[in-house]
Amino acid sequence: MELLGFGAEGWGDDLLRGAALTVQLAVVSLAIGLTFGMVLALAKLSRFAPLRWLAQGYTLFIRGVPEFLILLLAFFGTEKAVAAGAALLGLEGGIEVPKFAAAVGGLSAIFAAYGCEVIRGAWLAVPNGQIEAGHSVGLSRWQIFYRIRLPQLWRIALPGLGNLWLVMLKDTSLAAVLAIDELLRVAKVAGEVTRQPLMFLLAAGALYLVLTAISDKLRASFEARANRGMAR
Amino acid sequence: MSLYQDLKYAISDGVCYAAQGVTPEGFATYCPRYIDGFLVTLELLLLSSALGLSIGTLVAVARVSRQRALRVGAWAWSYIFRGTPLLVQLWIVYYGLGSLGPEKLGILWPFFKSGWAVGLAVLTINTSAYIAEILRGGIGTLPPGQLEAALSCGMSRGMAMRRILLPQAFRVAWPAYGNELILLMKGSALVSTITVMDLMGQTRSVFARGYSLETYMYSAVLYALLALLLTAGLRAVEKRLRVA
Repeated sequence: MELLGFGAEGWGDDLLRGAALTVQLAVVSLAIGLTFGMVLALAKLSRFAPLRWLAQGYTLFIRGVPEFLILLLAFFGTEKAVAAGAALLGLEGGIEVPKFAAAVGGLSAIFAAYGCEVIRGAWLAVPNGQIEAGHSVGLSRWQIFYRIRLPQLWRIALPGLGNLWLVMLKDTSLAAVLAIDELLRVAKVAGEVTRQPLMFLLAAGALYLVLTAISDKLRASFEARANRGMAR
Repeated sequence: MSLYQDLKYAISDGVCYAAQGVTPEGFATYCPRYIDGFLVTLELLLLSSALGLSIGTLVAVARVSRQRALRVGAWAWSYIFRGTPLLVQLWIVYYGLGSLGPEKLGILWPFFKSGWAVGLAVLTINTSAYIAEILRGGIGTLPPGQLEAALSCGMSRGMAMRRILLPQAFRVAWPAYGNELILLMKGSALVSTITVMDLMGQTRSVFARGYSLETYMYSAVLYALLALLLTAGLRAVEKRLRVA
């Protein structure tokens, strides 16, 4: 049991550091994934057909292919790109793959594919009359988006995005296979070093459960805030 | 068992013979491995979805039971298996419990030793937790009068559940179940991390030889194809379930 403690002997602090990296991975991917998801949603709502097809094809592909495969593709793709770039610059070997960036790329690509559907639905759920009303009182297009569309879109999209966040938080564990020192990988390594894999993997599982429980609470309070002033 | 194995080989030989010439060279070279892996993925998917549906139904029924212990147990089942990553669950059973070794595990050892068996069991349990939540939601949408009417007709709770509530809950829940099936299919790729040679496992080993990104693209196409097939199948069933 002292193996789970802190300090030089115990692995407790390493596990917590792993959990911190897990959260970091998820938060960065969320920020990028949301932005990309917004762009995809706009593409899907575009009047320009090829743009719509492109976005449609992208989501169809990502949703049909395992997350694990996408992450590996992002990882080895980055590796190849780095190697090619290094060769172009005339550098010789020994260049490290930006593993964290590759994982963020993969995770946010997945998040965006699902997120854009949520955002698109929320976009359409804002009544058109409000937009027309905005025009008629002389608001600019940007003001209409920022003052009228966005706050309501956020409220409507929040439950769906919250679900996707939970999915992504759990998907960060796949980064363990890419040798990124997030929670699961730390637990695996600790288990191998101490020959107590069961204890450490269970500890990791418990920490994931804590992270999802905290996320659930946060989601509830975000939703309560977004819904303030709404009739129940 | 060997007859079944022969059948699988015959299928992959047949498919690859037909695919010769019309598929890129990088694929054709390793075609039998992709198809073998594809069949393992399909097999795991069919078995775990069928078993998971049965267990998930039982858990959903327990969720709305009158007995507190059953309700709490079913809630914990869903909470734990939905709140932790599938990969962690797979590793806990295969690398964690499996590390106890044949002395401590006794007759259970052959199960824990086999990545395939552990993969099937964990996928089944994981999907059952999600299915239970979906079905519980489905039951929740039904008006309470349905159960009351059934009970006042003299049905037992069990019979009312079987004949009145569950069939309707299934119909309501079907689209959500379809999503879960696709997620299960994608999640099944993780069994490759516990030595199973499913489509992902074969892909990774082919990749290790040639180190060509194409390898992953071919496999992605096969997975996307499977997802497309599943979606079409689910749609067809949904049409039949719809009431006029």
